Order: sequence, then structure tokens, then C-alpha cells
Amino acid sequence: MNISYIVLIPLIPLAVFLLLGLNSKKIKPTISGYIGVLGLSISAVLSYYTAYKYFFVSGKVDGVYQTIVNKSVWMNFTETLHIDMGILIDPISVMMLVVVSTVSLMVNIYSRGYMKGDDGYTRFFSYLSLFTFSMYGLVLATNLFQIYIFWELVGVSSFLLIGYYYTKPSAVSAAKKAFIVTRFADLGFLIGILIMGYFTGTYDFETLNNPEGSVILNWASTSFMGLSVITWALILIFIGGAGKSAMFPLHIWLPDAMEGPTPVSALIHAATMVVAGVYLVARLFPMFYFVEHGFALNVVAYVGAFSALFAAIIAITQTDIKRVLAFSTMSQLGYMMLALGVSGYDGHEGVGYMASMFHLFTHAMFKALLFLGAGSVIHAVHSNYLKDMGGLRKHMPITNITFLIAALAIAGVPPFAGFWSKDEILVAAFEHNKLIYYVGVFVAGLTAFYMFRIYFGIFWGKDKTYEHPPHESPLSMTLPLMVLALLSIVGGFIPFSELITPDKLGFEAHLNYPLAAIAISVGVIGIALAWVFYKKENSLSDKYATAFGPFYKWASDKFYFDEIYLFVTKKILFNGISRPFAWFDRNVVDGTMNLIGNSTVKTANKIKGLQSGKFQDYAFSFAMGAVVIAIVFIYLWTN
Amino acid sequence: MNFSSFLLMRQEILLLTIILLLVAAEIAINKTKKQSIVHLAIFLFGIHTIVGFFPVQSNSLFGGMFRTSELIHFFKNVLNVGVFILLLQSADWLEDKIVNQNKGAEFFILLFSSLLGMYFMISSGDFLMFYLGLELSTLPVAALAAFEVTKRISSEAGIKFILSAALASGVSLFGISMLYATSGSIYFDDIITMISSTNLTILGFVLFFAGLAFKISLVPFHFWTADVYEGSPISVASYLSVISKGAAVFILMILMFTVFKTLMHVWENIIYVVALATMFTGNLFALRQQNMKRFLAFSSIAQAGFILLGLITGTHLGTASIIYFVLIYIFSNLAAFGVVQAISLKTGKENMNDYEGLYRTNPNLSLVMMLALFSLAGIPPVAGFFGKFFLYTAAASEGYYLLVFLAVVNVTISLYYYLLVVRAMFLRTSDHAIPYFKNRLYMRLGLLVTVIGILVLGLYSPLYDYIFELSKNLN
Repeated sequence: MNISYIVLIPLIPLAVFLLLGLNSKKIKPTISGYIGVLGLSISAVLSYYTAYKYFFVSGKVDGVYQTIVNKSVWMNFTETLHIDMGILIDPISVMMLVVVSTVSLMVNIYSRGYMKGDDGYTRFFSYLSLFTFSMYGLVLATNLFQIYIFWELVGVSSFLLIGYYYTKPSAVSAAKKAFIVTRFADLGFLIGILIMGYFTGTYDFETLNNPEGSVILNWASTSFMGLSVITWALILIFIGGAGKSAMFPLHIWLPDAMEGPTPVSALIHAATMVVAGVYLVARLFPMFYFVEHGFALNVVAYVGAFSALFAAIIAITQTDIKRVLAFSTMSQLGYMMLALGVSGYDGHEGVGYMASMFHLFTHAMFKALLFLGAGSVIHAVHSNYLKDMGGLRKHMPITNITFLIAALAIAGVPPFAGFWSKDEILVAAFEHNKLIYYVGVFVAGLTAFYMFRIYFGIFWGKDKTYEHPPHESPLSMTLPLMVLALLSIVGGFIPFSELITPDKLGFEAHLNYPLAAIAISVGVIGIALAWVFYKKENSLSDKYATAFGPFYKWASDKFYFDEIYLFVTKKILFNGISRPFAWFDRNVVDGTMNLIGNSTVKTANKIKGLQSGKFQDYAFSFAMGAVVIAIVFIYLWTN
Repeated sequence: MNFSSFLLMRQEILLLTIILLLVAAEIAINKTKKQSIVHLAIFLFGIHTIVGFFPVQSNSLFGGMFRTSELIHFFKNVLNVGVFILLLQSADWLEDKIVNQNKGAEFFILLFSSLLGMYFMISSGDFLMFYLGLELSTLPVAALAAFEVTKRISSEAGIKFILSAALASGVSLFGISMLYATSGSIYFDDIITMISSTNLTILGFVLFFAGLAFKISLVPFHFWTADVYEGSPISVASYLSVISKGAAVFILMILMFTVFKTLMHVWENIIYVVALATMFTGNLFALRQQNMKRFLAFSSIAQAGFILLGLITGTHLGTASIIYFVLIYIFSNLAAFGVVQAISLKTGKENMNDYEGLYRTNPNLSLVMMLALFSLAGIPPVAGFFGKFFLYTAAASEGYYLLVFLAVVNVTISLYYYLLVVRAMFLRTSDHAIPYFKNRLYMRLGLLVTVIGILVLGLYSPLYDYIFELSKNLN
């Protein structure tokens, strides 16, 4: 399979970014919108073509999906250790190409309507293209260093887009928070990469991931504090992934990131960038699985499960619909992580891995849809808060229907996409770890409950007093909604188990009826509870909120994690470490430097008399200079 | 003497021909078309520069008085390139001010004669040829320094230069006679075998060294520098600080690394002290200069101190790093002098505070100046950084860590005053900022070449590799 054309997929958005970014004042907004959509359409078509060719025509050799790599050496460190640049094509990277292309394209089309009349219209589209370029680069990376480079680029574009409304202080601080928290996590990632390179002598995914390769077979050769160094490296790399994927306790940036424009939240903070962490673990899955009997993988599983539960509880209490969706995203990402964590490697054992990727795919579709739907609602009522919404189903029929489809999908109601992927995750968890299975089932119920809480809150109930009567959004916004709704309906029927498995062989998946029945009934119970509580406005929910008392308050204040972080950074780090250092820097370091500087200037002023302008003096010092040098070196220095 | 021996002296003969052609042209050219002498001279010298790049064989002539090799030939080419850029930058000044006084041809003849003297000096195989070359390279410059005879300050510069030069060459000749007395020969090859570190030899060496140190403006033989630079026409100051200094560094390096190699245990200490004195003096005096020419004078003294870092090593790496540094220094300093020249020619202003707000009115000139100063200060990624870097490497690899550290301290000081100019140009605003003007073609070419040099030389590694290979012939 010839893959050289694939390099165009990232390069086209890069070209769009440069074109729009360098000419943002010259290009008319409407034209820049078209350029952005056009560029991404080409990339999307190429991605779909690649997916078709790879999965159904020429990707399989002897029943195994091949890993196709096209790379060249970029930088040499030692004879064996070098950084390459290139593209890597295997089932998960092709699937990610499809996800990124689809959501990016839909968000670009949607933004043409949503951002209309905004001052930085062209800037917005150039940032979107930059992000898409970085995300493609991340997905196609052939080695740890390349993925790290694009990982950071993705972080930068996320920073730029969250802070897009840079005149709003809250947006600026949210952008900073997202950047700093993910950077902090990336520090772990970088250290992990360096450890990996030092002990294995390679950054290359193919070499690292080979189950019969020397890296995996020799994992036990060096150990540190009771664990293999490779396990440490994997855990550090997972910290990087946890930062991007907003896993507990590095999740605090994601809710604040909702300050960005809603299409950005749909693209970056729901469908693509935040799954980078999941993708990273999947990318290194053979290492996670084989090294030290999957110790690092267990860490992934428990962190994922806890994050899923933690975020779902908080989501119930939030009143800003975008924040509910943000916590829901975090919860679903936890789901994907836990699925990876409970996966095996061979044959049907790999169901967790498959389910994780499956859920990544379906979640991208329905969560992007939820965000874009929320954006459509926000566009109509000019508020993020649930209390300002109600009865919108009459005014916005398309948004209502598509949002409902997405809510059903995430709640796991058949036949919508989310049911199939979530079911596989629960099957994998059931087979490997009962505790995680129970957490998963409970979270599924919570998910259905909070999602229908906001659905009923937005679209049912009584009309609120609106500034002007809400109306349905223009076609440029509803079209992406309809496309994504369609994908949320049919996405579950894609035979993922035959396409994406750890051993790349594929297997036949069967619905496990008892488990499916449990999952469905939990979902339905969640929906039913939401119906009782929120279909009509009543005091029932408030009563239960008071009944839970302090626990409700904790959850709605996000368990005070922001406050804890602030305490640690502001009170302990700033006061205890930064201030003394700043004092030392200002007084001792600067003082020394000023002293040197001042004395230099003073010396310069004192010696100015030497240059008298009289030739006699010059001749005297010339002759004396020669004589003194001669005498000194003849009589003092040489003997 | 046969034809192939002539080929060995190709550069000298060609330059001499150009000088004679210019004499003829001066007579032949119609009085109303005096400007054309400038075009003619630049054209002829351009050809000379290009022809110089054809390779030459290694051999010696006149019983060993004159010798040449690929390395020596390369030195001459470096000087040629420098002089050519200098001519481009001086063309406007010559056309506007000098040709009218019927002194156009005179300028070129004097300049080329001095360059011819440098050729002979670099190519010399004995002290006689060396001394003749030294004198030929120095005397015309005295006339050039006093070229603007109507200005008192220019005449003063001429007088100061000729007196200092006479003193220097006298002292140097005295030193050479002592070397002759101890070794019995003036041929370098003979001296190499007979030299030993007796007191008289050391005295002879020190006196000889003082003569060349004058040309390189090493402390304490540097006092003439600032006064002469300030008084002379900018082209001449530029020539003194770049070409004259470069040639003297080359011959000093050749002699110290071959003839006086046996005395290395003596001269490495001398160089150590002189290097520190030169760097500190140059930098400390440069700190408080207001006149750009004086400023560049002291900066060039400090730069000479850095060159000694390579000289002190006596190694192959040292040779390569000196040649490389001088080459880069030629480009950087010519760029700085070129900008000063352009501004002085249009406005007559030469002080640092006249440069305030220059970036708003003349952004291109300011950028050239900034690049030049960054290169002189050694800020990556411009060429000057690599030049200094290799010098440090050479000195550090011979164990001169303290010297390298003090050199770095000096770089820090120099950074301060180089940035003073940058601050004046970019950050300060002024009501009397120099208004926008457009340079003529020659000046723009002259500046463009230097900018390309500053940006490319440091990154184009084959050049350094080539120099590195060449330098193996010396040590």
C-alpha cells in the first residue's frame, strides 16, 4: 500500500493555517471560512480514502493488519538512538484520522455560522487549522519524540483557542490553567520518554511494541524502587496522557476550558485532543500489557475507573450545561482508560482494547454532537445556565431531536452508537475485574441520569423569559448536527472487533445478552429518574439535594480540588519557595550583577585620562611597554 | 624567472598592473568624466578578486625570499574580499567628495599599494622581505589617513599615524637586527633551526612583536588607534581596523607558529598578559565612547584581544579558529563601518545619540547595524558567535580555562555597549532622528554582501572544514 500521499493530510491544514494566519487582516471573513472548510474537506476525503483502502482493500496481509511506516531520520543522538519524522499507519491511527477529519470538518462548517460577525473570525479559522494539523501529526507519529512534538503543538493550539476571547479575564486564566496543568503533566511524559530512550535505546513505536522484541522481553533487566524502569517510564508517560485526557487528579483544567468558543469545546475538549491520552496508551498498549505483567496497565485501569465515577458525580450537580458536558467528557474518557486497563492481548482477550477504541470513536461523534447542540442552544438564549433555559423543543426542533439522539447514545440505549461500545467495555471489565465492572455499571446509570437532567431542563418544562424569542440555528449549524446525529445512530454497527484489536487479527464479537440487559436497564432507570425529577419543574430535586446535604455541596463545588491546588501553589509553593528565591534573585544575584556593572563603569571613567591625545604619551607607553615586557619575561618569568 | 614563477606571484603582479593601469587612466580620462575612475577601479579590483580564487601552487622564489602556499593564497583572498567590500562602501564617498578634488586615482593607488605591501609581508620568506612589505603596507595609509586635508582632525590623524608607525617599525627593525645577531641569518628557515631562548633572542622577539602589535593595536601599543580612526576618513578607518589588522594577524600567526615555535614557552605568557590587557582596556574604553568611530576603534581593539585566544594555543585548531574568526570579523566590522559611512555621508552625523530613533526612519540600515553588532558581540545564530566559539574551544582545549572565563566576562561587557547602540536605534525616539534616505547601488551592494556573510558564514560548515584542512599546513 502506497502511503506517501498521506503526508498531505496534515500538510494541508498547516498550509491553511499559514495562509490565514499570515494574512488575517487581508482576507475577508467569509472567504477565510471557505478556505478553512475547503482545506479540511480535502484532508477528510484523503483520510476516508485511506481508511477504505487500509481496512477493506490492502491493509490486511495473511489476515493481519499491517503496520506501514514511512519515515526518515531527523536527528541523530548516538549510533542507535535517533529521532525520526514520518508517518505510521495502523488500525488505530487510521481510525483516528477518520475521527479527527470528521469532527474537524463538522466543527469548521458549524463555526462558519456560530462565529459569524466575530472580530477574529479569520484568526479563529487559522487556529482551528493549526490544531487539526497538530492532531494529525500526533496521530501519525512514528515514535515517542515525534508524538511529543505534536503533543505540545496540540497543547499550544488548545491554549490559543481557549483564550480566543482574550479580552475576557476568565478566558485568559482558563487558557493559562489548561496550558500549565497539561504542561506539568507533560513534564512527566518527557521524563518518561527520556528514561525510555536511555534504557531501551530507541523511541520507535514499532521496535518498542514488538511483543517478541528485546525491549519487552528484557523489561526486568533494570529495576528502580522495586519496579522495572520501563514500568516507571510507562507510568510517567501515562501521567502525560492523563494530563491531556483530564484524568483525576489532573482534570481541573477541563471544566475551565469551556471558556473557549463552543465549537472549540466540541472539537478539542470533547472529541479529539482529550482522547490523545487514551490514544497514547493504546499506541503503547503492547508495552503496557507485557512489561511487568501489566502493572502500569492496572494503574491506567484504576485511574480511569475512579475518574469516571468522580466526574459523573460532579456532573449531576453542575448548572452550566457546558460544564456538565465537560465532566461528562472526563467521565467517558475514564471509561476508555478503564477499558484499556482491563484488556488482554490475544484474540477475544483484546476486547477491552477494541472497546476502548470503539468508544473513543462513538463518543467523538455523540459528544461533539452534544457540544454543538449545546452551542446551538447557547447561541439562541445567550446563556450557559440551565436556569435560563426551558421549553426550547418547540422553538428548536432540529437541535432538540439531534440532542436527544446524542443523549440516548451516551446513555447507552440501543440501537444508538454508545450502547454498543459501552456494552463491550462492560463485557471486558466483567471478564477481568469485577470491582471495575460494578463502578462501570454505576457510572452508566449516573451518565444517563445527568444527561437527561440537562436534556429535560433545556428542552422541556416551561418557557423562560427570553430577550428575544429563540429560533432554530441556520443551516450551517444544523447540518453538522444532522450529520453527527446520523453517525451517532449508525456508528455502533461498524464491526470494530474485526478491524481494531491489539494483535491486529480481529475476532467476532457477540452481544452478551445478560450483561447488555443489565446495562440497558441501568440506563433506563437513570433516564426514568431524570424524568421524574426534571421533566416538569418541581421541588423534588431540591429536596434530595438538601437530603444529601454536605455531600451535594462538595460535589457541586467539585470536591474543592481547585481550592486544594490553589492552596498548594499559592500558599505553599509561592510563599515557601518562590518568594525566598525571588528575594535571593532580586537582592543577591541582581545586587552582585549591579555591583559588577557599576564598578565596570566607574573603572571606565577613571582610566579615561590614559588616552590623553598627546603623541608623546603614546610613544612613551609604546617604548615602555616593549621594555617592560622584555624585562619581565627575560628576568622574571622564564627562569 | 620563468612563466610558472610569475604565476606564483600572480596576485602581486596583477595588483601592480591595476595600479599602473589606474595611473594611466588618471592621465587618459577626460576631466569631465572623472567619476568613471571609481567604476574602473572597482571593476578591475573585482576581476582581481575573482581571479584570486584560482588555485596556486606552493613554492618559493628569489632564493626563498618570497614564498606562497594554498594557505597564504587563501589569506590574500580573504584580504581581497574585504578590500572589495570596502571599495563598494566607499564608492559614494569617493564620487561625492574626493573625485572633485582630482584625488580619485590617488586614493586607489595608495590603497592598492598598501595592499600590495601586505601581500609581500604575508608571503615573505625572510625578514628583509617582511620588513619591506610592512613598510609598504603602512606608509600609504598615513597619506590616506590625512586624505581630507581640509580637515584639521584628518591631518592630525595622519601625523599621529606616521609617527606611531615610524616608532613601531623602528623598534621592530631593532628587534629583527638582534634576531639576526643571535642566529646569523634573516631567512626564516635558517632561524627556525638556530633560534634558542637566550636573553638577546627574547629581547629581539619582544621588540619585533611590538612592531606587529602596533598594527593589530594590542595594549600597550594601541594608543594611536582611537585618535587615528576618529580623524581619518571612514573608509580608511575601516581599512585599518579590518584589512590592515587582518594581514598583521596572519603574518604574526605564521611567524609565531613556525619561526618562533621554539620560544613558545616565552611568548605564550606574553600573549596571555597582552590578551587580557587588550580585552579589558578595549572594552572599558569602549563603554563610554560617544563617537561611533572611536567606539568602533575600541571595539576593534577588544576584538584583537579575542584573536590572541587562538594565538596562544599554537595548535592547528588555534590556526583554524583565528582564520575563521578574522574572516567573520571582516564581514561584521565592515557592515558596522558601512552603516556609519552611509549615515555620515548623507548627514555628517557620527555620534551615538544621532542614531536615536533610526529604526523608525531607516529600518534596513538599523537592521544591518544590529546584525553587525550582534555578530561582533557573538550572539547566536549570527556568524560572530561561531567565530568566538571556536576561539574558546581552541583555548580551552589547551587548558586556558581562566583566560576563556575572563574572555567571557569581556564578552558580557562588550554586549553592554553594543546593545547601547541597538537601544539607541530601536528603543529610543528622537525629534531629530536621521530622516529617511536611500543608499546608492554600490553602498547597498556593499552592505548586502556583509549581511549575507554574517548570516551564512557561521552556518556554512564546509567553509570551516576547508579552513581546518588548510591550517594543517602551518603547524
